[in-house]
Amino acid sequence: MIKNILKCFLVIVPVFLLSGCDLALFDPKGPVAEEAKSLIIISTLLMLIIILPVLFMIVYFPYKYRKNNKTEDYRPDWEHSTKIEIVVWTVPTLIVIALSYVTYVTSHSLDPRKPIVSDQEQMVIQVVAMDWKWLFIYPEQGIATVNEISIPVNTPIQFQITSDTVMNSFFIPRLGSQIYAMAGMENRVHLMASQEGTFRGVSANYSGFGFSGMKFKVHSVDNEGFANWVAKVKQSEQVLNSETLKQLQEKTKDHPIEYFSQVVDQQFEKLIEKYSGAKNVE
Amino acid sequence: MSSKANIVTEPDIIFGKLTWDVIPFTDPVILPVMLACLLGGIGLFAFITKMGKWGYLWREWLTSVDHKRIGIMYMIVAVVMLVRGFSDALMMRAQQALATADEVGAGYLPPEHYDQIFTAHGTIMIFFVAMPLVIGLMNIVVPLQIGARDVAFPFLNSLSFWLFVVGALLVNISLFVGEFAATGWLAYPPLSGIEYSPWVGVDYWLWALQISGIGTLLTGVNFFVTILKMRAPGMRLMQMPVFTWTALCTNVLIVISFPILTVTLTLLTLDRYVGTHFFTNDLGGNQMMYVNLIWAWGHPEVYILILPAFGVFSEVTATFSRKRLFGYTSLVWATMAIMILSFVVWLHHFFTMGSGASVNAFFGIATMIISVPTGVKIFNWLFTMYKGRVEFSASMWWTLSFLFTFTIGGMTGVMLAIPAADFVLHNSLFLIAHFHNVIIGGAVFGYFAGFTYWFPKATGFMLDEKLGKLSCALWTVGFFVAFMPLYILGFNGMTRRLNYYDNPEWTMLLWVAAFGALIVLAGIVTQLYMGYVSIRDRDQNRDLTGDPWNARTLEWATSSPPPFYNFAKTPVIHDRDEHQYNKDRNTAYAVPESYEPIHMPRNTWCGIVMSGFALIMGFAMVWHIWWLAAFGFIGIFASVIIYSFERDKDYYVQVDEIEALEAAHLVHVNPQGLRAMQDKKSNLEA
Repeated sequence: MIKNILKCFLVIVPVFLLSGCDLALFDPKGPVAEEAKSLIIISTLLMLIIILPVLFMIVYFPYKYRKNNKTEDYRPDWEHSTKIEIVVWTVPTLIVIALSYVTYVTSHSLDPRKPIVSDQEQMVIQVVAMDWKWLFIYPEQGIATVNEISIPVNTPIQFQITSDTVMNSFFIPRLGSQIYAMAGMENRVHLMASQEGTFRGVSANYSGFGFSGMKFKVHSVDNEGFANWVAKVKQSEQVLNSETLKQLQEKTKDHPIEYFSQVVDQQFEKLIEKYSGAKNVE
Repeated sequence: MSSKANIVTEPDIIFGKLTWDVIPFTDPVILPVMLACLLGGIGLFAFITKMGKWGYLWREWLTSVDHKRIGIMYMIVAVVMLVRGFSDALMMRAQQALATADEVGAGYLPPEHYDQIFTAHGTIMIFFVAMPLVIGLMNIVVPLQIGARDVAFPFLNSLSFWLFVVGALLVNISLFVGEFAATGWLAYPPLSGIEYSPWVGVDYWLWALQISGIGTLLTGVNFFVTILKMRAPGMRLMQMPVFTWTALCTNVLIVISFPILTVTLTLLTLDRYVGTHFFTNDLGGNQMMYVNLIWAWGHPEVYILILPAFGVFSEVTATFSRKRLFGYTSLVWATMAIMILSFVVWLHHFFTMGSGASVNAFFGIATMIISVPTGVKIFNWLFTMYKGRVEFSASMWWTLSFLFTFTIGGMTGVMLAIPAADFVLHNSLFLIAHFHNVIIGGAVFGYFAGFTYWFPKATGFMLDEKLGKLSCALWTVGFFVAFMPLYILGFNGMTRRLNYYDNPEWTMLLWVAAFGALIVLAGIVTQLYMGYVSIRDRDQNRDLTGDPWNARTLEWATSSPPPFYNFAKTPVIHDRDEHQYNKDRNTAYAVPESYEPIHMPRNTWCGIVMSGFALIMGFAMVWHIWWLAAFGFIGIFASVIIYSFERDKDYYVQVDEIEALEAAHLVHVNPQGLRAMQDKKSNLEA
């Protein structure tokens, strides 16, 4: 029995250590994810101040005061100690105060709505969650794509997010914060890549049978690479208009990457209006 | 669980949406299960008929209003549902370990089936395993701990139980007739709305939760009144055993939060049945309102589950450290603080919905504040062991395992409470690992500790200690092997509820997690075997004294199992460890001068019959069979009206019967006293 337990740990521990090197959240590629990473580490360390002694006591006390150890003091009616009470209420309180300070500061500094300060000008990408794919509209470039985006490195991006279906969550783990995509509403998250590379993007909130295939690629490239990518998208014969949008609204699973060289009308705004009441007027 | 989610027929006037096609006769996974259940059911029916036990079952159990028997029935249903919910868990672990190909159809379960499984797993484990374990324990223990004859409203208690059974039955019927919801266990709209989930799955979910939820609400009212009004004379609030205190707080939470669930479910039902727009995407519907409402119930629900477990640990630690509980007063205040704070943290379940920074910060900090009273409790248990004589019984094993596991789960919980960290951890497997860490390592281990501890009290014989410890070891190791990999996978960007995935780095850890689930399975099998062995050898393991653990609180002063009236003489309370107090002064098991007749409620058919009609109504509503639903609805009210005209609802237990029952206990614990009394009585008669 004990041998088996030991064997299990011999298998697991190395796996933990090996996989520790390049975990997505500990290998951030942008300032937002970077800050989230240090936040996770700082809060863990703060808590370990109290967790470690507690874990030690959990093992040590029952061992030391075990029934067969008659040499230890036994006080069956001892039930109160003001000193201990003060310590066990104050120490956690102090740690929580420290954590609360961290929480307050980071809730504001990492507020998804807050634009990222940078000498580069901000770029806007509009995001629509659909069944079961992601539609991206680049209003400044006048292009649209499905399940793939490219972003220039070190350029702050404002993602404007809505949904043409049920609730989803827009999430690029290596860049940081996720935010819900909901119909009739525009949510925002500001992210930036500080390194080049290709990252995974997903829907983090379950949205139905095609949910698992609802992911996209994020190419972080230099300015030249981004211009080339935009040019490539512009070569597409497809145009995003009411017709093609209707086709996208069909439920599909594992939808392939698609490019649209042009966006007719303000499709993003129209999709929001569709749910927020304008439908009646039509 | 049929996966034919696209069958939507025009409801027939007689059969509604019900046709033969909705039964998955051809599904290779469901069919064997269905046949096994059918054969098992027929076998059980035949066995009971052959033994001629139907009359006994009906009179003594199904119609019982005795809180101890109702508690035992809750436990039995919980164990059956645990097996069901855990099978779902094994299927999910297997699917994720196998589903490495990045396309629909990877693994062995298609999303249409898999998504029902994770929904069913969550729904069953929370509503039909954890809740009945909590309520079952409260039923068995609370009236005994406060020296009451029964709960305040015995018939209501029976009704609560049977309404809960109806919910469990509806969930199980959905496996074979139609489908279950494929929306996740909290069924967020608009996905759970009629537009995106057009068939009957969500309706099963709604009616199962609505009906069992009303049962739970009634339980809350019942125990709240019982604890406040029916304590034995002398028992002040600050003399109640800690389990009763946690039960009181849990029932306050039930009474305040379950109406929110009832209303939320009703609004979603209206959306689905009559075309209202409370939570739809368009025409003014607001999905965020649902998410707020469901968590305004859902977060207190977390504490409904965990507080009684904290109560169990308090009782078990004090008993097996052979010491008074350390810091009773601060433990009670910590419990009340948690109770109140649990209502101001619900938004931490959806920081990512886009609230402002200050709102998020408020809810994050409120959540962290809860960790202070929770931490204090852990210190209280630790200092109860300090300078004690700790005895490692099976229930103490569960307690120590809980302390270790739960402390880690609490730490990851505080990480999730920081909004900016939650933005990258939310909806990931880190979150899954965290809440299993606190629900399994906190609540479930607590129920198992309590189950082991009070089993002899409820049944009169002990559970096998060795197998109990083995199952605790397997559960603990299995838990860590199954869920530590999920923490890592969460850090590696794996989100929840995936049917397949494109990242080969995840596969290895998912296999480790699946292996962990198998170790937990071994733990469950050990527990079932423990049950079998203990029942088989019950004559060797009888608890004749009623106090097998040399415990401290009042429930151990009566026999095991207690007589149906609990205490022949209502005890007068001197101390919070009343039984220990009497044992220390040699006043335990005192033989009274004489007995008086005891006023008791009669068993009643009404709870089970009303619930039978509720089952008919729920099933008919799911399938849009309106006439049958109306029949069920009328049946419910007709039953209660007929019941209200019954005059013969109570009776007096006569002194002879009490004397005989008490003598059977006293002969083991106070033979001299008993003889003296009998001598005196025969002298008087002579």
